[in-house]
Amino acid sequence: MAVSAFLTDATVCIGCKACEVACKEWNHIPADGFNFTGKSYDNTDSLGHSTWRHVMFLEQPAALGPQITGTEDPFRWLFLSDVCKHCGNAGCLEACPTGAIVRTEVGSVFVQPDVCNGCGYCVVSCPFGVVDKNHEVGTAFKCTFCYDRQREGLMPACAKACPTRSIRFGELDEMREHGLARVEELQRRGYSDARIYDPKDTSVGGTHAMFVILGEPEAYNFPPAPEVPTIHLKSAWTAALISALVVVLVVCLAFVL
Amino acid sequence: MSAQKQISEDRLDAIREQAARTGIVQDNGIVPSSSPFPKPALESSYHGNPVLKPPTWTWQVPLYFFVGGVAGVSTLIALVAHVVGNAGLERTELWVGFAGALLSAPLLIADLGRPARFLNMLRVFKLRSVMSVGAWTLSGFSSAVGLAFVCHEIILAGYGNEFLLLLEWVAEVFAALSGLILASYTSVLLGVTAIPVWSENRKLVPAIFLTGAMGSAAAILEFFGFLVPVTQSIGIVASTFEIVLAIFIEARGRYVDRPLREGAVGWLTRAGSVLAGPTSLLLRGFWGHTPGLRYAAASCFVAGALIARFAWIAAGRVSSRDPQALFEIQRRDRNVTPAA
Repeated sequence: MAVSAFLTDATVCIGCKACEVACKEWNHIPADGFNFTGKSYDNTDSLGHSTWRHVMFLEQPAALGPQITGTEDPFRWLFLSDVCKHCGNAGCLEACPTGAIVRTEVGSVFVQPDVCNGCGYCVVSCPFGVVDKNHEVGTAFKCTFCYDRQREGLMPACAKACPTRSIRFGELDEMREHGLARVEELQRRGYSDARIYDPKDTSVGGTHAMFVILGEPEAYNFPPAPEVPTIHLKSAWTAALISALVVVLVVCLAFVL
Repeated sequence: MSAQKQISEDRLDAIREQAARTGIVQDNGIVPSSSPFPKPALESSYHGNPVLKPPTWTWQVPLYFFVGGVAGVSTLIALVAHVVGNAGLERTELWVGFAGALLSAPLLIADLGRPARFLNMLRVFKLRSVMSVGAWTLSGFSSAVGLAFVCHEIILAGYGNEFLLLLEWVAEVFAALSGLILASYTSVLLGVTAIPVWSENRKLVPAIFLTGAMGSAAAILEFFGFLVPVTQSIGIVASTFEIVLAIFIEARGRYVDRPLREGAVGWLTRAGSVLAGPTSLLLRGFWGHTPGLRYAAASCFVAGALIARFAWIAAGRVSSRDPQALFEIQRRDRNVTPAA
């Protein structure tokens, strides 16, 4: 099977939350209840064990490309559907001690629900804060990239439900190309701060869920340069080894002297 | 503010101007400051939301960090005691190590979301997963210290032979080595995560955890009546290390270390350092020859080391909530200029 990817485009998202609904229905994810956050129209708040698509609502004092808003100060209202990034080098996958988290043949990162024992190490190892533990069920959950649907040749539920094709789904290389072309087109049309979010030059090594965004990634809570925590294995173990040698030395000296 | 402001066209214009300028009008008893009125802002994070998820670990985990650390260093002391021929100390430390191993597994398992699936930890071995290395280390350590303990007791009961003695040596060496990994991997476990305060202190936490484990192992020996120079020396060194490490964190004054210095968790961290560091050291240095105060010094150190484990987990929770700590590190590492 081909390696697939999402390309989610903030410039055509209308904030309808069809992706959230489709995701919940297809995957039988429990409801979260009604929480009023006061964060624009976003009452979903963040990705979590029961939220695998999350539509963000950003209100910014900036111009939306060449558009004229008629307000005294520039203003724009942006929407973007966030999702698990399915990293090229995934922190959760590397951290998982049971082998419950695997890389599938479509390139996605999948948590096998019958293997996970709920140790919670993937939760603190995800550089994007996506994977989350459900304390009732006791195991970790996140976007499955609709692995079940993809195996049957269907596109993920969120991409299928999206009315504006803000969520595109296809082969990884194709999506990456399409994203770059889209950014180029947007910039030509006056959206000078359009960019693609796909951290390829960090240890994450690119993602299988890329985003076309306007402005800085931080405004979408996207880490500007996410790293896989395991790049620090060597320095941390070296420090542990040196500390352990000091302990051995102290104990031996305490007996000898 | 006067409630009787002259209503005029000018006043209405002023209200409109204020609303347009500040996005909010607070007057005449209307205080919508905490109301969810949209206020456009080029925020440096998404509505101030955390980027990361907080650690899900319950109280069993920091307690396990402590118990595992003490058990690990205790077996090292048992081995050294065996080498120098201190039989009394060796036996006690094997007891402590064995008891710690027996206590560690239930603590670790109790924290799992699905405790019945603990054995899934042993279906793979992943060097890149510190949690996997830890699960295997605990299994190996428990077996080794259990074997050493049983051999030792059989030999003491008078049923010893050369094979048992050799087996005890092998088990003790293996227990001491795996014990050191057991006492230190927990710090690597924290260091190799996305949580800023843990990750940025990945070279420091091993020293903190091992110092705490070493001092606590000596302190627990003192509880068993070993008010000897060995435990006194280890205790003095451990407390001195505690002081140096605490001063280092305070003096560095980094933004990412704020959870260790500020708020309730900051004070918890400091309380742990003060107990295990200066308090224990002073009690030892001046009144170490008085048994009562020697016990007090040992108690202070154990309490301080235990508090430190809880404080580090809590600091991770605080740190995970601060998107700016994460962004700052990544901009620094990549030389990316901050958002305008």
